[in-house]
Amino acid sequence: MSAGVVIAGAGMHPFGRFDGVSTTDMGVVAVRAALREAGVGKDGFQAAFCGTAYGGVATGHKVLSRLGMTGMPIVDVEAGCASGGAALMLAAAAIRAGQYDTVLVFGTEKMPKGIIRSSFFDPWQEEAGLAATPSFFALRAQRLALTSGVTKDHLARVVVKNRRHGASNPDAMYQKETSVEEVLASRVVCEPLHLYMLCSPNEGAAALVLRREGPDSPAASVTLAAAVLRSHIPGPVLSESTPLAGLADDSVPAPTTLAATAAYEEAGVGPGDLHVVECQDTDAARELGSCEELGLCPPGGSAALLDSGATGLGGRLPVNPSGGLLSKGEPLGASALGQVVELVRQLRGECGVRQVEGARVALSHTVGRGANAGVVILTR
Amino acid sequence: MRVLVREGLFADSDPPALLGSRCGACGKTHFPRSDACPYCATEDPEPVDLSRRGALWAWTAITAPPPGYKGDVPYGVGIVELPEGVRVIARLTEADPGALTEGQAMELHVVPLHRDDEGNDVVTYAFAVAP
Repeated sequence: MSAGVVIAGAGMHPFGRFDGVSTTDMGVVAVRAALREAGVGKDGFQAAFCGTAYGGVATGHKVLSRLGMTGMPIVDVEAGCASGGAALMLAAAAIRAGQYDTVLVFGTEKMPKGIIRSSFFDPWQEEAGLAATPSFFALRAQRLALTSGVTKDHLARVVVKNRRHGASNPDAMYQKETSVEEVLASRVVCEPLHLYMLCSPNEGAAALVLRREGPDSPAASVTLAAAVLRSHIPGPVLSESTPLAGLADDSVPAPTTLAATAAYEEAGVGPGDLHVVECQDTDAARELGSCEELGLCPPGGSAALLDSGATGLGGRLPVNPSGGLLSKGEPLGASALGQVVELVRQLRGECGVRQVEGARVALSHTVGRGANAGVVILTR
Repeated sequence: MRVLVREGLFADSDPPALLGSRCGACGKTHFPRSDACPYCATEDPEPVDLSRRGALWAWTAITAPPPGYKGDVPYGVGIVELPEGVRVIARLTEADPGALTEGQAMELHVVPLHRDDEGNDVVTYAFAVAP
């Protein structure tokens, strides 16, 4: 790795539903908070990257127009659920290449309500009923049941864990705990997934200021040790690339595994070095699958990992201490950066009752349509 | 009139067939048919009709109509593994997940989906439990 990159500032607009608040309004709140933390104004960064999937033309420009434009390059990045991760990768690469000293990265989103309707699919796929996002989640959940012994009870307990974590996160949409009974009493969307096992598409924004590490960087700065984006290799029928068919071959690595392998190498750490993880939990089974694909447990070991209590707060490797997307909801362009903001706060020890004590190495992960998978590793 | 939900995906014949291709370079079979192999990018793979029968690999049912969907609910969706080494995502005629088991023999059918605004009967491909 060339020049080091540190996180100079982090800011959020809470995730939830905010009638009358625009995509731009939310972006402004998050960006202003991040710039304030970094101690810079509109002239304090040389480029901006904005992640958004539903924001429309020049979303980043609309946000920064409210904060004083300087003529700098502003790039909008769309990579589905990994949009923020893609923006972060570009920003970090530009700093490492020596192009800029300080870069603003943000994501802002206002999702339509209900099941995500994606322009990714052809109209006939919607017409024929082959474009229902939760059905792909359900099929993956069912495969995990067959390969990893994941039961409905496990799925419910992932939700209970994350909602317990989210109950103390003021930026989460759901700040109320739930129970296995309540999760299983919610309606079945697609077997084995009940409504409470699926995250809500929603609204929110997150922002980071990245700065080249220098002699004047504070010693306790959070370092961006890796920011990797990968797409897929064709073959897996249940890949987030959502093909109509795939190969009867289970050896093709998932995009998450590709991204994680590259990120571990870039950061010089392995899964055993991690203290805290924020991972894609669009549905309860996705968190378990993510744990396997990230190497947090052996293949087929995700149910046992959950059973061990390791992934709950107070466990060996807390996963989704923010409450995850199951508590926060998922604003596509902002969700990846929201995870990073949480981890920056965790590494700084600012998280109060949901603090992972002594956390110094953290990983965030998003994966979604495309396929795109983003993995970020932070150290302090 | 009987119309296909999408031309070029399946043959509405007796017996019906999914239209795939087989790559002469890497030997892999893919669906849907295309002008280049999605695995190795070799052009002009050989058109083939896929096997009608396969084994059930994963399955679920959708209980509420997703956006843009024109058929009835609940409906089954699943993945069937064909002898060519291809796993196909398709509708299932069985909408009760509890009635299905892993590895069960499945068979391709062409089934009604909905009647469109011009009064055409739109049909699509689906797998049913093999007799």
